[in-house]
Amino acid sequence: MSQTAQASADAPAVPGVVARAGGDGPAPVRVVVAYGFWIFLLSDIIMFAALFATYAVLNGQTAGGPTARQLFDIRNVAVETVCLLFSSYTCGLAQLFIARRRLPLFYAFFGMTFVLGALFLGLEIHEFSGMVARGAGPSRSAFLSSFFALVGLHGTHVTIGLLWLVFTVLQVAAKGPRPYVLRRLHCFGLFWHALDIIWVAVMSLVYLMGVRV
Amino acid sequence: MSESESGDEDAGSVLAYTAGLGLALALTAASFIVSQTHLLWAPGLAAGLAVLAIAQMGVHLVFFLHIGSGPDNTNTVLALAFGVLIVTLVVSGSLWIMANLNGNMMPEAAMQEMQKS
Repeated sequence: MSQTAQASADAPAVPGVVARAGGDGPAPVRVVVAYGFWIFLLSDIIMFAALFATYAVLNGQTAGGPTARQLFDIRNVAVETVCLLFSSYTCGLAQLFIARRRLPLFYAFFGMTFVLGALFLGLEIHEFSGMVARGAGPSRSAFLSSFFALVGLHGTHVTIGLLWLVFTVLQVAAKGPRPYVLRRLHCFGLFWHALDIIWVAVMSLVYLMGVRV
Repeated sequence: MSESESGDEDAGSVLAYTAGLGLALALTAASFIVSQTHLLWAPGLAAGLAVLAIAQMGVHLVFFLHIGSGPDNTNTVLALAFGVLIVTLVVSGSLWIMANLNGNMMPEAAMQEMQKS
């Protein structure tokens, strides 16, 4: 909060901008809430960074078990990635439409976000259960432990995101687009887009480096 | 944006989201192509994939998360910079320390020799 005030105190050099930044008063609740949630997301990303480092250190330690090249299916990863990218896109459009009070379009795009997210999760669960069935579960080797910890944590985040999405839709349906409902929706959007950023890193480091030619 | 009815919402525009999606898809496709062909010099593949991944993260930040250079964004960008610093320290520090430990490990033969005596 004090930083926000300081930032707007620095601003008067650009007169037109001061009013938008909040002028003399405190920043609007919407900005403060989004900022707080952004700090949480960054801490979440730092937690992922520790698991990424673990995976990078351990990905060669297969203990005689299956390697990344034998386990990963690049087509599956491509479909998963496209699902997540499009779900991020529809989530953004849904936010746009609720800001313009076009509720039917909001429900349509938010519904698509849910379907694409669920599709991603289904593919990931299918992949994991296939690996466990082949004897490549998390207890097989250090490589697989770190793989399941990293990718599984991302999958857990997607699961939580889908539950959150359902609750948000119910809230919009019950209470309408009130300011605090919109703020929660905005936080959900940030969460969902951040998951996409983490997936980009997972896709590149884990899958594409794992099955490179 | 300006065309939205409630002026203070900054959810972006359809065009911006579509541009972001297009760029993200193009960068993803580039990553897949580069990893599945011999287009890049093999030892440089990791660096190439890292560059593409970082570019795509940038696209997501700008087009989807709306982290830009606007006046509302000063604190957000500062927090992001701090986050990036910590992530870099955690990842590169871990890799550096573990590579060092690995380099200082006793060779397997010498280890077995010690266990015998």
